[in-house]
Amino acid sequence: MIRVVRSTVIDAPVAAVWEILRDFNGHDRWHPIVRRSMLEDSKRTDQVGCVRNFDLEDGANVRERLLSLSDSERRFRYSIVAADVPLRNYVAEVRLKPVTDGDRTFWHWSSTFNTPPGQERELAALVATEVYEAGFAAVRARVERPTGGNRRTWDAAAAAPAVRQGAGAAIEGTAIVIDRHGGAEELHPQPAEAPPPGPSQVRLRQTAVGVNYIDVYCRTGYFDLLDPPGVPGLEAAGVVVDVGANVGHLAPGQRVAYACPPLGAYASVRTMDAGLVIPLPDHIDDETAAAGLLKGVTAEFLLHRVHAVAPGETVLVYAPAGGVGRILCQWANRLGATVIGATSTDEKARVGRAAGAHHVIVPGERSLEEQVRDLTDGHGADVIYDAVGRDSFAHSVAALAVRGHLVSFGQASGDIGPQDISMLAGCSATLSRPNYVHYTDTPEKFGASADRLFDAVQRRIVTIEIGQRFALENAADAHRALEGRATTGSTVLIPGPIQDGQGEAES
Amino acid sequence: MARVYISSVIGAPADRIWQTVRDFNALPDWVPAVRESRIEGGQPSDQVGCVRAFRLEDGGFLRERLLALSDYDYSVTYAILESPMGVQNYIATLKLMPVTDGGRTFAEWTAEFDCDPAAEADLVANIGNGVFQAAFDALKVRFGS
Repeated sequence: MIRVVRSTVIDAPVAAVWEILRDFNGHDRWHPIVRRSMLEDSKRTDQVGCVRNFDLEDGANVRERLLSLSDSERRFRYSIVAADVPLRNYVAEVRLKPVTDGDRTFWHWSSTFNTPPGQERELAALVATEVYEAGFAAVRARVERPTGGNRRTWDAAAAAPAVRQGAGAAIEGTAIVIDRHGGAEELHPQPAEAPPPGPSQVRLRQTAVGVNYIDVYCRTGYFDLLDPPGVPGLEAAGVVVDVGANVGHLAPGQRVAYACPPLGAYASVRTMDAGLVIPLPDHIDDETAAAGLLKGVTAEFLLHRVHAVAPGETVLVYAPAGGVGRILCQWANRLGATVIGATSTDEKARVGRAAGAHHVIVPGERSLEEQVRDLTDGHGADVIYDAVGRDSFAHSVAALAVRGHLVSFGQASGDIGPQDISMLAGCSATLSRPNYVHYTDTPEKFGASADRLFDAVQRRIVTIEIGQRFALENAADAHRALEGRATTGSTVLIPGPIQDGQGEAES
Repeated sequence: MARVYISSVIGAPADRIWQTVRDFNALPDWVPAVRESRIEGGQPSDQVGCVRAFRLEDGGFLRERLLALSDYDYSVTYAILESPMGVQNYIATLKLMPVTDGGRTFAEWTAEFDCDPAAEADLVANIGNGVFQAAFDALKVRFGS
């Protein structure tokens, strides 16, 4: 009899880790070697005795029975019923314990089993590293808090010297200016001033600026949003320096963020309308806000307002590894929907599954609509979030369930062009073409959306991953990385040290 | 029934830490609040059923009986026979578990007891933070965190 034990400490509260692990059929959403898992006999995932039937990435099939489940002890045991791997009499236990010292989680994963003679060492190593340790790493990546070093906060004391410059003086800083449409080289830093705020305005020192693909379209002129010379950028976080008349919801020293037109976020200081600038709760750090507000608010209104996703619905998300797509998968999953991602590569499929897609399809020999029908017993998708546009539109319509809802919110592959709406009669479809501005153009709309996003971030329903940081001056490098598909997660620009030396430098 | 649960992670392998904490007479060596200790009747400190009599830095006097000791599970369970704390039916367990990831140790200390309901919150806090966590902090200083 071989016994394998692995244990680790995860830097997240035990409830957050247990929420992931107690779902016996949910391992295909986080474990890198599990490609696809389903429960046999229509049993529930927390029904003791249920059998999960899953395929590994290498093609092997495994069936495992849930032997015991305890929410009070945060523990479950399971055994292998049948497997393409020669693990015999395999019984395993997963157990979590709270580490009260630091609000962390101790995770103990153990098993006993027999193997064919001569394979003991090899199979014990496989279980220990490929299953247990790889599982630890995957869950850790999902739930651990951002490290302290990533948090950039400003307090009132840091902002005070700027206020003392006097209400009438402009504050000097840096902005990234485009003099003409073109390549990344057109982005160049230039001294800029933030004038004192007028009525209903606020003046900010920005600490983190979000970079979105739409910024590239603005730079190249593909979108007619920036008339050179001008400053790109739609979202940033920072601290209030001072406010003009009629601004009641903001005060000097407060941490804030925004994600809205007009453009101009690529700057270290900015004076702008205060209406759509919102205070940040303590649990949302500046970089998370700058990196996630635009994408997160987009996901919020797509899932809650354009279509209110209900438990049991099937949701199809294109580009589940993309910025908005990842959040759509995470959130739709937690809303109780069955989430199907559609992407182009196995690597992106893996990211989509990690984000919460129950299934990820890679259209190829078999069309998207055929694969969606297969996964849904012919039902189709109740709602489809499609930002691909021209190349996907017809497939999306064909993959809809009866009375399904196609939400077209972008056109990465090109304009959809004129369409004959009678095609929607085939399944009594609803078609929406939402525009970000119309869901976010008042403080009430934007604030409600952001509140729901921040709550989801705090509850770890949605995670904002910052893949890379660039100094604001190096915005051109950030665009090159984005266009070269060399980025992962979100990208932020960090303004350099401020003039009075109170700021934090970022190299 | 009041319950205390405190746990921590200590930066050394469990077998090393166990050498310190298994000795039922060694509280003064690693629990900051304990000044001196002896085993009654001259019994060995790993004899299940032995009683330790010890005095705290603040003068308090306690007697505790060893109920269970496991070198296999790295666990020790004991009951309070006599104390100034105003607790009844007090049974506590200290247990170590290896963290294979990094050669560290998960340590947990639980206690269950009856007491005057008005005093429960203070007792839970004092035992949890003042005794158990303080002892873990001392182990983290000695062995690393």
